Amino acid sequence: MADVMLLSRIQFAANISFHILFPTITIALCWLLFYFKVRFHISDHPVWMRIYRFWVKVFALTFALGVVSGITMSFQFGTNWPGFMEKVGNIAGPLLAYEVLTAFFLEATFLGIMLFGINRVPPWVHTLATLIVAIGTSLSAFWILSLNSWMHTPTGFEMRDGVAYAVDWWAIVFNPSFPFRFGHMMLASGLTACFLIVGISAYRILRGDNKKAPNIALKTGLFVAAILAPLQILMGDLHGLNTFEHQPQKVAAMEGIWETTQGAPLLLFAIPDENNRTNDYELAIPKLASVILTHDPEGEIKGLNEFEGEHPPVRPVFFAFRIMVGLGILMLLSAWLASFVLWRKKTLPKFALKFFVGMTFSGWIATLAGWYVTEIGRQPYLVSGVLTVADAVTDIPSGNVVMSLVMYLSVYVFLLIAYIKTLFYMARKSVQIEEYELAKSSLAHPFNEQEASA
Amino acid sequence: MILDNQLPIIFAGLMAFSVLVYAILDGYDLGVGLLMPMDNEPQRDKMIASIGPFWDANETWLVLAIGLLLVAFPAAHNVIFKALYLPAAILLISLILRGVSFDFRAKVIAEHKNRWDRVFKIGSLGSAASQGYMLGMFVMGFETTLVAVAFSLLSAVGVTMAYALIGACWLIMKTEEQLQVRAIAWARKAGFISFIGIFAVCLINPLINDAVFARWTQLPWAYFFGLIPLLCFGFFVIGYYTLKRLPLKDDSGCWLPFVLCTCIFTFSFIGLALSFYPYVVPGEITIWQAASAPESLRFILYGALVVIPCIFAYTLFSYRVFWGKVRNLEYY
Repeated sequence: MADVMLLSRIQFAANISFHILFPTITIALCWLLFYFKVRFHISDHPVWMRIYRFWVKVFALTFALGVVSGITMSFQFGTNWPGFMEKVGNIAGPLLAYEVLTAFFLEATFLGIMLFGINRVPPWVHTLATLIVAIGTSLSAFWILSLNSWMHTPTGFEMRDGVAYAVDWWAIVFNPSFPFRFGHMMLASGLTACFLIVGISAYRILRGDNKKAPNIALKTGLFVAAILAPLQILMGDLHGLNTFEHQPQKVAAMEGIWETTQGAPLLLFAIPDENNRTNDYELAIPKLASVILTHDPEGEIKGLNEFEGEHPPVRPVFFAFRIMVGLGILMLLSAWLASFVLWRKKTLPKFALKFFVGMTFSGWIATLAGWYVTEIGRQPYLVSGVLTVADAVTDIPSGNVVMSLVMYLSVYVFLLIAYIKTLFYMARKSVQIEEYELAKSSLAHPFNEQEASA
Repeated sequence: MILDNQLPIIFAGLMAFSVLVYAILDGYDLGVGLLMPMDNEPQRDKMIASIGPFWDANETWLVLAIGLLLVAFPAAHNVIFKALYLPAAILLISLILRGVSFDFRAKVIAEHKNRWDRVFKIGSLGSAASQGYMLGMFVMGFETTLVAVAFSLLSAVGVTMAYALIGACWLIMKTEEQLQVRAIAWARKAGFISFIGIFAVCLINPLINDAVFARWTQLPWAYFFGLIPLLCFGFFVIGYYTLKRLPLKDDSGCWLPFVLCTCIFTFSFIGLALSFYPYVVPGEITIWQAASAPESLRFILYGALVVIPCIFAYTLFSYRVFWGKVRNLEYY
């Protein structure tokens, strides 16, 4: 049994980690595409269409990966976690159903028009299609995050004979942690998309692309990131306070606090020791954790000692949290600094461009780290206080899970490499396209440019 | 007011409808993938272009169908996918490979395009065959006997051929000239094998399932049930003569094979569904035993009543936008 559970957990983690990479990009990228399209309508300047055309191709590829890896998820519940639907299916089911009905069809259908319909519908319909796809992707995030939040902070239900029944749908959908989780994820998506745009644009410029499009895309990405990064830190703080209120054991693991403490220090670094229930090599700022979480330097933070046997493994939560916060701060500083330089000097120095190429997928790492904090932080429960992971797992032979897991992992590794390679190949290919001439002919027919086939 | 015990019937209907729409819509685009000729790149581009704007939404019907099974009949979902664990994994991986090669093929260096086209073809084959296999297992009540496996393999071939048929019919409607002529030839071959397949299932299914035999031979229902295969074979006969005469000079009637094929799919599906109703796992679990709590089903139903007509409206809009013969591939 333990084998099947471990394998199923690895498989679920692999599936959902692979899947989340792509929606994290597309949710925000589609809003940015809508922005590019609107700028094009306002200015009639072909550079906005150029930017749109390049990024809509990236969007299409990313979206396809998101869709197909998402189909896998709808099967996983039944195949590996039958206990989940048996116990809380009455709550989870409708939320999933609403995601499919209100979001999936909407985005999938209008995506066709957005990608292939530009010459078949009036320009405003095409822009509208882009907007609808953006709304669809965000709606999808809304429903799935509502369900995920409910698993962390379940409300609005009652248990009858060990099965959850809905009592108040409003309380279920807008459960206590939902607004914060949704806000945090939307901003994470924004930052991920911005740093992707900045990274790929920087790569194009480094490759000798001196056209307008990558420079404007770079600037847009940086400015938006400079606005979103501080908002994200604020939202993360609010989310943390919410977690402190509803899941104190998770916060204790994030902060590495083994014993209930008044005036708890903020650990910048440490190596938690699960066996002796203590930390090694601590590097700490006194009282800061208490200040952040209780707004009082002597405030009390419940330690892991109050949740023995009921708290998550500390090390992964502790480290993932530091990776996420560290990347968030790096994003904030680099976006602000680069925005300032761009504002004063119009171009970025070469080392800065190289740095941003290195940051291309920083949003992915931060997002995954954040999800590991919150999801591992919920262990050993699948639904906090209602259903444990061990009670939900399937009883199929573990050999089957090994087989499917090996298949999934090899496909995912292969696709991830192909995806990243293709992104950079598309960037190199676009370097060779010549700058448009600002002659009247190209302004009149911006769609017939050469890059339409590129 | 809808009674609690009517809700499972409504959801079974919704789910059956989603499965049928999925089989028709994703059927044609999986079929197009199956038929991709590796010897002719421009034709492949055309074929891909003909399904480009639609495949994504088509696959969403599968998510809806599986989703409805999951949320409305969770007990059945658990039994079915425990039994079909490996075929389901193969289906998913095939769908993943197929979906991504669709986009990769257009964006990678030219030398790699062929490779992605091959992945697309193999992914389409894997999806179609595993769906057929799963259907066979469902009909056989998830037994693991040799007979059940043999029947499921037969069903895998049958469904693959049926998808190839509807894919070819789609191409007859959406393409012109050489590709259309080629599609007509494909449709005749696939149609012939599909005909044998459906005929075989019609004979075998009642012979090995006593309950199905009883249902199909019980008077007076037998008269009504007898009509379904008759109509189905009637469509095959009309289709056979239509394909013989196509293409006509003004290309009139190019849509007829697709419509006929849709009718064949619909009636075959109704035949299957009536064989097993009200069981959602044949012989074991009825829709009432598997259903979720009424308050949850009702909450979904109210939303579905508003949203599903909207889905129809914009799906029709999308088909209208891309109406007519497919143009050369214009990427974005």
